[in-house]
Amino acid sequence: MLKVRKLSVTFRTEQGMVQAVDHVSFDVGEGELLGVVGESGSGKTVSLLAVMGLITDPNAVITGSIQYRGRELVGMKPRDMRALRGKEIAMIFQDPMTALTPVYTIGWQIAEQVLAHEKISKAAAWQRAIDLLAEVNIPNPQEAVHRYPHQLSGGMRQRVVIAMALSCNPALLVADEPTTALDVTVQAQILDLLHKLRRNHGSAIVFITHDMGVMAEIADRMLVMYAGRVVERGTKEELFLQPLHPYTRALLDSIPPLTGEKPKRLRAIPGTPPNLLNRPLGCAFAPRCIERFEKCSAEPALGDGKNAAACFRVSA
Amino acid sequence: MIFSLLQRIGQMLFVMFGISLLVFLIFFATPGADPAARIAGRNASPEVLEAVRKSFGFDQPMYVQYLTMMKKIFITGDLTSFVNRGWKVVPAVMDTIPVTLSLVFGAAILWVVFALIIGIVAAATRGSWIDKILMMLGLIGISMPVYWLGEVMNLLTQSRYHDTWLFSWVPPLGYKNFSDDPKGWFLTLVIPWITLSILYIGLYGRVLRAAIVESLQEDYIRTARAKGLSETRILLRHALRTSLVAFVTLFGLDFGALVGGSALLTEVVFGLQGVGKLTYDALLNLDLPIIMTTVLYASFFVVMANAVVDILYMMLDPRVRTA
Amino acid sequence: MSAILDTLDATPKSRGPWATALRRLLRDHAAVAALIVFVVIVVVCLLAPAYAYWAGTDPFKSTLDAVIKLNGQDVPVMEQSTEGLGLGYTPIGPTWQLGNYFLGADNQGRDVMARLLYGGLNSLFIAGMAAVMTLFFATLIGLAAGFFGGIIDMLLSRFLDILWAFPVYLLAISLSIVLIAQGLNLGFVTIESGSLWLPIFIIGIVYIPYVARPVRGQVLALRESEFVLAAIGLGVPSHRILLRDILPNVSTTLIVFVPIIMALNMITEGALSFLSIGVQPPDASWGTIIQDGQTLLYTRPMVALAPGIAIVITVLALNVLGDGLRDALDPRSKIRIGRS
Repeated sequence: MLKVRKLSVTFRTEQGMVQAVDHVSFDVGEGELLGVVGESGSGKTVSLLAVMGLITDPNAVITGSIQYRGRELVGMKPRDMRALRGKEIAMIFQDPMTALTPVYTIGWQIAEQVLAHEKISKAAAWQRAIDLLAEVNIPNPQEAVHRYPHQLSGGMRQRVVIAMALSCNPALLVADEPTTALDVTVQAQILDLLHKLRRNHGSAIVFITHDMGVMAEIADRMLVMYAGRVVERGTKEELFLQPLHPYTRALLDSIPPLTGEKPKRLRAIPGTPPNLLNRPLGCAFAPRCIERFEKCSAEPALGDGKNAAACFRVSA
Repeated sequence: MIFSLLQRIGQMLFVMFGISLLVFLIFFATPGADPAARIAGRNASPEVLEAVRKSFGFDQPMYVQYLTMMKKIFITGDLTSFVNRGWKVVPAVMDTIPVTLSLVFGAAILWVVFALIIGIVAAATRGSWIDKILMMLGLIGISMPVYWLGEVMNLLTQSRYHDTWLFSWVPPLGYKNFSDDPKGWFLTLVIPWITLSILYIGLYGRVLRAAIVESLQEDYIRTARAKGLSETRILLRHALRTSLVAFVTLFGLDFGALVGGSALLTEVVFGLQGVGKLTYDALLNLDLPIIMTTVLYASFFVVMANAVVDILYMMLDPRVRTA
Repeated sequence: MSAILDTLDATPKSRGPWATALRRLLRDHAAVAALIVFVVIVVVCLLAPAYAYWAGTDPFKSTLDAVIKLNGQDVPVMEQSTEGLGLGYTPIGPTWQLGNYFLGADNQGRDVMARLLYGGLNSLFIAGMAAVMTLFFATLIGLAAGFFGGIIDMLLSRFLDILWAFPVYLLAISLSIVLIAQGLNLGFVTIESGSLWLPIFIIGIVYIPYVARPVRGQVLALRESEFVLAAIGLGVPSHRILLRDILPNVSTTLIVFVPIIMALNMITEGALSFLSIGVQPPDASWGTIIQDGQTLLYTRPMVALAPGIAIVITVLALNVLGDGLRDALDPRSKIRIGRS
């Protein structure tokens, strides 16, 4: 349902051009959960904001193609994009503390979205808000609709944000690290909730995270991003059991295994991600890679297969 | 909520006390001259001086003098002018209040309406030449001294262009009571309203634009966009609404300050017998009792207005209200 | 979108903060133009004595019977009025000849152009000195209140509250009416009545809270910042922390305030002089000239117009400069321009 081809996002800054997303391609199937992992600054959020049409910075240049159910989103009229956004493609944000307008009740904010997309009465929209709050397990939804965001805890607010995203039954849900800002126990509840909602609504989900543990729990397929590019793509099982790219392996090594003997020390990845202003030629991961060799000074391409990695060790 | 309310009121009382003390010190305890001579005015006879000394208790300790002053101004209200012999000061001040209120109210309506328009249009077109021109006009408005602008207005409407169709309706300077002559009241005040509001239109237009642009950077604006709302709705219902808190607070402060004396220059230029003009005339006559009274009444009014604004702010912002 | 860019780590080689700010300021054409305009105004006003000497006029002396040459004809500076009983005198209007009553004369027959330059000198001097005074005391109060906290903060903050709530012009009038006649004698300093230092003192006081409050807030935040806590933990003495760690961080705010406070002071000085409680005759300032022009408003409007235009241009230049400085130095601060 979503076909992204050679998507690039470049920002003009005072210091020069910053290529935040560099020729990224991926697909999302109906009802599928695609996980996108990468460190901060790897371009995962920016590429999905581009999908949402939410990059409003006048200094941003977006090229490539994003097709949603056959409709091209890059260069789409803002009006048409708005009709799609919130209705067919919805988004859940990282920080629930700041994602809601502080001066309106949560019921008002949910109803506002429903009313923007559907021709129903205010009372019906309000009732929908109550139902949605019940669906995301907010206790006492009749009363909760009248609450202001600051009266709710972070976990509760994230539930409200999720309820809002689901309010028009979107076909595609983009979740940008929806659990990162929350406590561990709340994280688990939110993940359970997303599981349940996915079953009930059948939405496809693109789930962004830097947490491999979360990925292992929910993803069908995964993308690994590094320095604005996709470095590996594959089903979850393949990716966890047989990671191809050294970066993916390093990521997996840096989380504690759930079973078996615990290693004495977790392996951290040495070095820092490259500066996107003057990225090195060739493989961007090469400077940190323990397996690099002469070929890495050229740019590796991502293969076409179901599982593929942009690495000369793999293609060689 | 109740606690912060009481706290705010306590703070207000403290500031009022501080101001009265400051006024007392300025008028009665500034080193260099005899306060009785100051209060009695120019070339006062020894008898008058003696009467002033007695009536203000200058032969008594400081705190008695302070209490005497406060009693005369606020409780008995029997403070009299010595320059204009026997003139009761407190009623004189009360008489001028409707004039000042008329001036400030009308100007406030003008400046709120135009500042909203300018702020919203500039924020909606931020970065464009419309935005730049509006902000530059605002800055020019802020940079014009109000008394000078008033004179220019007088020059245009009373003299140079008075006999053209444009300004032939402008009546001569002065104030007409609303109850006597509503039309005259309105016509005499139009030019002063415009003059007084220009500074504030510039100020508020710029402040509002900055506040809207700042709240457009907030995460909840991104959420609103993700909801598929129109840009107009995002601007008016989300960005503007959250910016209004600052706008309303500022408005309360400036409104209070204007009623409490900052409209003085406008009143002087247009010959409107308001609180400010009364103070100015007293200044020219060196009539200290009047100045003491207007200063104290006006600053108390400002302090109370500020407290009311803060309390309103508590009501307006749900984060404070329900905390 | 800036949040996204922040995560991109887009700082290749870091220039010093001052160099970055200067570069930003120089790229702000409006601010650079404003700076040039302001400097030109200052320089032109500094030429006041030279202009008066060259024009052969004394801007502080009544010259009711002077006669000047205009296009080869002798013209009296004060013309007998032709209207009514012919008793009044009307000063000569603008001749538009430099050095020869360029802007006309005021009702004492004095050259308005020469007075305008001298008045500008006084207005700028008062605005500048009062700004220095305001910033000095505001910094002192802000630093002490923010850094030491506790009872000191409580007392200083309440003092600022009181000063803040006091309407500016009423406070100025109260101080003036008491001081203008006798001057100020505090034992260690004596200010003569009629001295320029009197309006400087008055204007310098009234805007202290306007600067001191933001400074205090900033110091309060810095006081809790890790590098200051670390310095305290290491036992660095307070005065060293204040001077080495806190003051440099507050200095950007103070610099932004310089033009903004000067602009406010220009307007306030004008207002006080207009109310005859600022600069005292025969000295001139732009405010006093506007007041002189008030009686001539309908006959010789240039007397009141010219100094007003001078104030508008100067204040506008200062405000634009303040805007530019804020954007360059301290873009996140919420310093507002203009309040009176």
